[in-house]
Amino acid sequence: MDRLVFLLGTGLARGAVLALFALALVLIWRGARVVNFAQGAMAVVSTYVAFEVTSLTGSYWLGLLAALLAGGLLGFAVERGVMRFASPVSPLSGVILAIGLVMVLQSALGIVFGPDYRPMRVPFDDTAIVVGGVPLLSPYDLFVLVVAVVVMAALAVLFRWTSLGLQMRAAAFAPEVSRLLGVRVSRTVTVGWVLSSVVGSLAALLLVPTSLGLNPHATDSLFVLGFTVAVVGGLDSPVGALVGGVVVGVAMSLVTGYLGAGLVPIAVLVLLVLVLLLRPAGLFAAAEARRA
Amino acid sequence: MTGRQRLPGQRPLLRTLLVAAGWTVVALAGTFALDPFRNYQLALVAAYLCATAGLTVLVGATGQLSLGHAALMAVGGYGFALTTNALPFGGIPAFVLALLAGVLASAVVGLLLGLAAARLSGPYLAGLTLAVVVALPAVASTWSTVLHGDQGVQIPFEGVPDGLRRVVALEQWQAMVAVLVTAAVVTSLTVLRGGRFGLRMLAVRDDEVAARLSGIPAGRVKVLAFTASSAAAGVGGAVLCFVAQAVSPGAYTVGFSLLLVVAVVIGGLGSILGAALGSVVIVLLPWLIGRLTSNLPADAAQRLDGNLAVLVFGLLLITVMAVAPHGLHGALVARRRRTTPDVPRPTAEPAPRKVLVPTEEQR
Amino acid sequence: MSALLEVRGLTVGYGGAPVLHEVDLDVPAGSIVALVGANGAGKTTLLRTLSALVPLTRGSIRLDGQDLAGVSVEDRVRRGLAHVPEGRGVVAELTVDENLRLGGLWRGPDRRAAVDEVYALFEPLARRRNHAGHQLSGGERQMLALGRALVARPTVLLLDEPSLGLAPRVVAQIMGVLRSLADRTGLTVLLAEQNVVGALSVADHGVVLGLGEVVASRPAHELAADERLRHAYLGF
Repeated sequence: MDRLVFLLGTGLARGAVLALFALALVLIWRGARVVNFAQGAMAVVSTYVAFEVTSLTGSYWLGLLAALLAGGLLGFAVERGVMRFASPVSPLSGVILAIGLVMVLQSALGIVFGPDYRPMRVPFDDTAIVVGGVPLLSPYDLFVLVVAVVVMAALAVLFRWTSLGLQMRAAAFAPEVSRLLGVRVSRTVTVGWVLSSVVGSLAALLLVPTSLGLNPHATDSLFVLGFTVAVVGGLDSPVGALVGGVVVGVAMSLVTGYLGAGLVPIAVLVLLVLVLLLRPAGLFAAAEARRA
Repeated sequence: MTGRQRLPGQRPLLRTLLVAAGWTVVALAGTFALDPFRNYQLALVAAYLCATAGLTVLVGATGQLSLGHAALMAVGGYGFALTTNALPFGGIPAFVLALLAGVLASAVVGLLLGLAAARLSGPYLAGLTLAVVVALPAVASTWSTVLHGDQGVQIPFEGVPDGLRRVVALEQWQAMVAVLVTAAVVTSLTVLRGGRFGLRMLAVRDDEVAARLSGIPAGRVKVLAFTASSAAAGVGGAVLCFVAQAVSPGAYTVGFSLLLVVAVVIGGLGSILGAALGSVVIVLLPWLIGRLTSNLPADAAQRLDGNLAVLVFGLLLITVMAVAPHGLHGALVARRRRTTPDVPRPTAEPAPRKVLVPTEEQR
Repeated sequence: MSALLEVRGLTVGYGGAPVLHEVDLDVPAGSIVALVGANGAGKTTLLRTLSALVPLTRGSIRLDGQDLAGVSVEDRVRRGLAHVPEGRGVVAELTVDENLRLGGLWRGPDRRAAVDEVYALFEPLARRRNHAGHQLSGGERQMLALGRALVARPTVLLLDEPSLGLAPRVVAQIMGVLRSLADRTGLTVLLAEQNVVGALSVADHGVVLGLGEVVASRPAHELAADERLRHAYLGF
């Protein structure tokens, strides 16, 4: 029983990270109709920035800040430098460009930093807080949860209540009409990429310290999990990403706890197949024309 | 100009077979001119071509991308290896049976994945197949009693058949087998695409709703296309296993899967000849780069090893998509067209749009 | 005096045969000009070219004497050229209020006032301000599209087939609003319509487009009375 509670708690924290990462995918999918297969690679670049800055200055927080900045810059550069070439009539070209980017970023990191796993440290205790004799969450898990909730709330405010958010939503749903109304759509698309890249980087930054360590491929499985979350929740639905993140996070935590961490990739695969077979529009999305 | 009007995508069967036979003879004759290492590389190209031809037909005809063809190759490889080890006899009959088992296994896995994702439009197939490659090592270690984890499965050494031992070396024999098997796969794919089913695939790709309204079961067409593509990849894996006498998850990584995509894209999406060119490039370029960096200090060489080739391929992928979305083959065709004035040009073309998947005449 | 919107020698083509050929068009300030013609005559393409959604091959577009060459889609509305596209372009996922706000996001602090004016003009919208676009009826959508364009306080309004798919009563109401806006506020309207009778009834001037060329340009009442032209190009 105690073990179950602990696994649920850890799963919640993991799920929050997955939700953030999936949210970043949803942001770009809504804004540009591209699934950013390079999001993991972009986030791992930011994480290396954090690692280097933290090693140089000794401050985790400076590293975090630098990584978020780098994430934003990278999002800007990728959208302006690479994704602009994506054909509007072929959804494939965006995927292929993103794959090219994955190869470039990961191999460049491999050349600069080598293939070794570098452990990342965080200024938090990672032993679980015990409440009433039951181990719940570690302080780091708590920190992750708080950050995730704050970021999601901030995004909700941005999209619901600001002029920029309104423009971004309008541009995502009806780009041509939005242009006629004076919305600079190419600019809102860029903002979407920057935001998404920052959020994706944050997710990787929060996750890598709890995994094997930093390596050019450290986010490969994060991407697959994030994609699964986005599919479970519905690629169009930010709320779906949130709920999907928690569902997948908890499910994977239970699999890890009861069946072993080695089974997680298979469990993800099974979940993905089942969701696509049974509820292709996602568990939570308003049924949109995914089955064209 | 032939007298009979043909719909795009249709091709005379006889011509296909003759062209295939021609290429096969050229490749087989070529094995005599190559040294053992080149023959080994030729066998690799042939094995990769099974997978890339399957992939390019999938992309060209249905507009869907698979990022997991390496995993489907692995399925074919495991099917081949396990069957070979289970059979009480060896030689060519065992090879054929094991090959069929490998194809069957990859087709079944492909069918299952296709049912889940290929019916859907959008990036779902790409994401699902990526999840498959990522999960491959976990699958191998979870069922390690059969699949032997990271070690993989070895098969007994099978040399050149007795009658040929004086004439051909082992590598040449392997290359010849690979070429013959690949020729069968590529020919089947070409016939499949050139026939009625190919027309259906094109109809579904160009306008799924219109295709459905004309009574084409779009979902089933896409699932079958993916299944056929998976089976082709499975043959590639089986051939690779035959050449390497082993199959292990370490050979079928995400990186290798993306390399197959690179081959298909730089060759020109939808073009089988392009897939062949692309397969040559993904075999030769890493080897060339490896030769260039081998003189560097050990540390630098270790970091560049593999990574530099991937970097070049990534840049190539982005450049091709940005500059010449029809790839090498498309660029060649376009060039030929510019220099032949008698090809009729479309007069009133609608607004210039970048179409990723080439039209039939560009293949 | 030159017209507020002045089009000269406008030619648009996608490589082969031109869709619009040497079109000249004048829309004087404060007037309603009806652009009529059969389906495929080039009305929508003309409007889309005026908004820069379609690139022109040759010719010039002047708004209030200023050449619009090189001015982007997004900036034309800031210059005073508002465009209500074919099919109305209501963003179905956004609420009525959000759609209206979207119409004037680039405006200064007076945007709230502009939105409120629209609510005053179109009563039904005020009652449904928190409903999503997809919950509206066809007439309400047209009101919303029109109102959203008015939030930009345009000098020239381009309207593409506003009456399409609407009940005659609603069409009459919308045409009435246009006429009164032109008379009251001096709004200038270029109205592309297949509903020739309705369009010519509120317009000052009529331009007939046939296969991409201007075949007639006359005061609206003369055009409505010209039987030969009606038979040849307008089908009634």
